[in-house]
Amino acid sequence: MRLSPLTALASLWRARRIPLAWLLLTRQPVRLAVALAGIAFAGILMFMQLGFRDGLFEASVTVHKLFDTDVVLLSPRTNSSIAMASFPRRRLVQTMADPDVVGITPVNWNLLLWRNPDKRTTRSILTLGFEPGDPLFIDATVSEKARLLTQLGRVLFDARSRPEFGPIEAWFKQGRTVETEVGGTRVRVAGLVSLGASFGADGNMITSRETFQRLMPGSSPGSIELGLIRLRPGADAARVAKRLQEQLPPDVTVLTKAGFEELEKTYWRTSTAIGFIFTLGAAMGFVVGCVIVYQILYSDVSDHLPEYATLMAMGYKLAGLLGVVAREGLLLAVLGYLPAYVAGQGLYALVRSGTRLPVYMDPQRAVLVFTMILVMCLGSAALAMRRLGDADPAEIF
Amino acid sequence: MPIRPKSFERGRALTSAAISVSQLCHWYGSGTTRRQVLQRVALEIEPGEVVLLTGPSGCGKTTLLTLVGALRQVQEGSVRLFGEELHGAGRAQRQQLRRRIGMIFQGHNLLRCLSSEQNVQMGADLLDGLGYRARRDQAREWLRAVGLGDHLDKLPHDLSGGQKQRVAIARALAAKPALLLADEPTAALDSRTGREVVDLLKRLAREQGCAVLMVTHDPRILDVADRLLRMEDGQLFSQQLQVG
Repeated sequence: MRLSPLTALASLWRARRIPLAWLLLTRQPVRLAVALAGIAFAGILMFMQLGFRDGLFEASVTVHKLFDTDVVLLSPRTNSSIAMASFPRRRLVQTMADPDVVGITPVNWNLLLWRNPDKRTTRSILTLGFEPGDPLFIDATVSEKARLLTQLGRVLFDARSRPEFGPIEAWFKQGRTVETEVGGTRVRVAGLVSLGASFGADGNMITSRETFQRLMPGSSPGSIELGLIRLRPGADAARVAKRLQEQLPPDVTVLTKAGFEELEKTYWRTSTAIGFIFTLGAAMGFVVGCVIVYQILYSDVSDHLPEYATLMAMGYKLAGLLGVVAREGLLLAVLGYLPAYVAGQGLYALVRSGTRLPVYMDPQRAVLVFTMILVMCLGSAALAMRRLGDADPAEIF
Repeated sequence: MPIRPKSFERGRALTSAAISVSQLCHWYGSGTTRRQVLQRVALEIEPGEVVLLTGPSGCGKTTLLTLVGALRQVQEGSVRLFGEELHGAGRAQRQQLRRRIGMIFQGHNLLRCLSSEQNVQMGADLLDGLGYRARRDQAREWLRAVGLGDHLDKLPHDLSGGQKQRVAIARALAAKPALLLADEPTAALDSRTGREVVDLLKRLAREQGCAVLMVTHDPRILDVADRLLRMEDGQLFSQQLQVG
């Protein structure tokens, strides 16, 4: 007779015993509440720290994500958005030879000094230059406004730039002509777009390549900082990127869009202390949680030592009793994670509305925090089990 | 009315003595502080026999109980349980043997977080091959047998001393032991309850063919014994049953 999963389950159900771990926990509600509060606190701490960390890294690619592209071309010297090196535009044109490539957009990219038209102070602004007819962003509203750029000296200003750039949005909406200097050259704001400030740039503006050349007289018209390559639907971006990299001379780097974002994140991860600080914060949450769970389980085992000894005297195996402690740890992990998850969701929403930081409960982090809590609880249970070795059934008579 | 669990399955126990102790010596401590607590103790208990052990405190009664109960390693001499030698037995073997020994302690040692039914089922759970419901039903029957059929869901906290001790007896018997060890089971009880508990213990043990070794100081319950033993300074003496 074959054992179907169902009959196996049924026989397991039949063989079940008194749920000792569950009863040990639930018949001491105060201790359970303290333990769960501690675990949930540690979980929330980890959620927040990791959320902030990932949110900050995510914020570094605010603009990167907007590009309508599958594969990008960069200079090999480029390692971040704040120092984009240039490469010949013809490399981008060469990629058109590939059968999977359906469109390209050459982009100029630099940080220029913007003068606040109100306070007369200057601040660095991320400036993108492209041919007004080319697709640039996934969001089509930018392309619609692009025709405003065909006139020389016109720019589109990012309304979500930080306020230090001046009351551009307010002035523009009042119908005033907003003019200012960028890199010492006069420009007029022809329209507003909504992109968002990122880590490397407090504000953004978009202009035509022609105007861009004017703003940066030193740059050569044949060089660009970023090449966008759109592929035909269904093409494997990673494979095309690899193929292009092999075909093109080594004066360009070919990356997928994800690779482009990763390059930026890696820069901020490795060249700033952000990753370290927030990972340390999460680690502290982990340690605090460990201490709390260990204390709870240890005192729980200690309090019940005579009972454990009695069970051993009755013929229960030590391994079985260790299993009870392990199950207590497991139950604590699951029961403590749930409130941490819910509170994490709420706090993320709070952070999003308060700081505009793109902090979301992504499944990967949810799993990571659960794993950490699981390790925390089971590790503490393992340590608390050593106390069980002191349960000497010979002492209970 | 009495519950007679199907059969007494442990054939081996029927053919030989439940306990057979000979030349048993035991020491505590080491070096100069080493002190002998048991001196060449010999003892034999047949299945179904109720043996009471008395003696002043510190004479080694409890040590003998823990040795016979496979809770302690035998140092010298021989202890045979159901024909199995305990001298040199490892932890796992002793643990397996303990499943066939019921123990009743001076303090009831019930699990505080379990109801009386669940406490008794902790004993029944040691039986192999029975479904959860069967084990629970057994636990209930045992509780009824000790007169606590109305207190299935009460926690030990809500039971009186005598009731707790009766739950402990039900728990010990629920594992269908071939040997029952009891250490002053009446110490915490008043005389009437103590009497009831001991009578109950004896009756149920009889029905199961279970041997009983009980340590007691209580002179009021000596008459339940088939045989009376007295221990003094680590030596065991037979004692005449005093009538009256």
